[in-house]
Amino acid sequence: MTDLTKLTIHEALDGLKNKTFSSVELTNAYLNKMALGRKYNAYVLETPELALEQAKASDKRYADGTNRALEGIALGIKDLFCTKGVRSTACSHILDGFVPEYESTVTQNLLENGAVFLGKLNMDEFAMGGSNEHSFYGPVINPYSKEKPLVPGGSSGGSAAAVSADMCAAATGTDTGGSIRQPAAFCGIVGIKPTYGRCSRWGIMAFASSLDQAGPMTKDVKDAALMLKAMAGYDAKDSTSSKLPVPDFEKVLGQDIKGLKIGVPQEYRPDGLNAEIAAYWDKAADMLKSRGAEIVPISLPHTKYALPVYYIIAPAEASSNLARYDGIRYGLRIDGEKLDDLYINTRTEGFGAEVKRRIMIGTYVLSAGYYDAYYLKAQKVRRLIKNDFEEAFKKCDLILTPTSPVSAFEIGDKSMNENPINMYLNDVFTVSVNLAGLPAMSLPIGLDKKGLPLGMQLIGKAFDEETIFKAAYALEQDAGFERK
Amino acid sequence: MAIDNETVKRVATLAHLRIEDDKLNATKEEFNKILDFIEQLKEVDTSSVEPMFCVNGGEVPMREDVVTDGNLKEEILKNAPMQEFGYFAVPKVVE
Repeated sequence: MTDLTKLTIHEALDGLKNKTFSSVELTNAYLNKMALGRKYNAYVLETPELALEQAKASDKRYADGTNRALEGIALGIKDLFCTKGVRSTACSHILDGFVPEYESTVTQNLLENGAVFLGKLNMDEFAMGGSNEHSFYGPVINPYSKEKPLVPGGSSGGSAAAVSADMCAAATGTDTGGSIRQPAAFCGIVGIKPTYGRCSRWGIMAFASSLDQAGPMTKDVKDAALMLKAMAGYDAKDSTSSKLPVPDFEKVLGQDIKGLKIGVPQEYRPDGLNAEIAAYWDKAADMLKSRGAEIVPISLPHTKYALPVYYIIAPAEASSNLARYDGIRYGLRIDGEKLDDLYINTRTEGFGAEVKRRIMIGTYVLSAGYYDAYYLKAQKVRRLIKNDFEEAFKKCDLILTPTSPVSAFEIGDKSMNENPINMYLNDVFTVSVNLAGLPAMSLPIGLDKKGLPLGMQLIGKAFDEETIFKAAYALEQDAGFERK
Repeated sequence: MAIDNETVKRVATLAHLRIEDDKLNATKEEFNKILDFIEQLKEVDTSSVEPMFCVNGGEVPMREDVVTDGNLKEEILKNAPMQEFGYFAVPKVVE
């Protein structure tokens, strides 16, 4: 029998509908894969009993014909999502043993579409990081590692590794500055950060509320279309969620891209850009061109300021969002003589180094006397960055860039660890999109000389994920990337 | 605008974090590297730019000020590391 875990969601749905295999068989195949793949440290919690219970219910639905869009498909869930009755910690020590009494809207939507949940996936603590090295549960190993263990990217590193190593059909991720797209690129899978407001943020532990978005991480573009449709939609519980109807993204797959204008921003090609990445970028543009798309040079002049803006706004919002972790209502509590001692002891012990660093930066930029110089200034430059995209989209329908300036690096990489800025620079191609609230997908384009996957990013207009899907599907066919 | 150890301590206090004295210098240096980096924004002329707080644009919707749920005491207290008499328990705050 073929290895069921290699199937995409759409292939598995065919098999389930035709009764070639059951959801229980499919789920068991993943549970076996997860047991064999524990060396990757992708899961921080496995929930096999719950998964098999859900799979049995799905098989019943196939039997009586009430099967839903993702019926019986086994998913992994990033630990940032609150899942009712299942420990959710954002991979932070400070949320030790936290078992939510409610289900996040996105995971609820997936459950209502018939999904099976295999467990919770590793990530950088509170989604702060680009390598998954900042998890209380230890680093995740990229399945593409050869002699030395490589990072899977981050923050959704467990999600990317689990999808890449067939330990789930697909996974949820979240993206604040690149946390879906960069790990997707490092692990050779597809990931889309939808438009801000497309997916409800309710029940997802907040990092930077004006930037956070949930999205799917999948084996291929079609799976991303199916899964995003199931995750997205208006939710009264998130005041920033959009009332616009969710399109049937699958419908546009395979449509002609003739005449589509693809913008290529000059600012994303600095002198030192890795030659292999630059070559794949040109190749991707040529592939789209040979299908009749038009390549248009564009300019996003404020690109170089996106990272400094991000490293003011994201820590500022984080310092405020993370103020709730104080040892009183949930999670870790380290006692102290006075109430303030309890707060300080709990937070000092409970947060990891990177989280503390960002809370401190955020507290500083919001503190009296500095608010205007840093926070307000950043919000102004943020508008200029958004305006850049609006100008660019007068000339093009989509923007094509690499996802990351590097491929996966070694765990414990010296230059990344001795200066936090070096780690932050990995997000140079992804952060602007969050600042402008736009949708963007990373899809694998090929392997570099080291045999590591590289990703291409397609950025769309707000609420126009359809054009991204259309072009990504074409690019996927032409790139012919072979999954692991 | 380099900051000193005193500022680092003050910010830590505001954030309810403790930085041990032997870590102060290292923390300050890291802090200054990041501040140097974000300092670049000073070059940008924003004299006629309005700050952007919400990418969606438009007003944030208000909901009616009515009770939507309640009577969830048990659920709310379930994750508390310490509770007494149906309340969250904290160290004594009034002498």
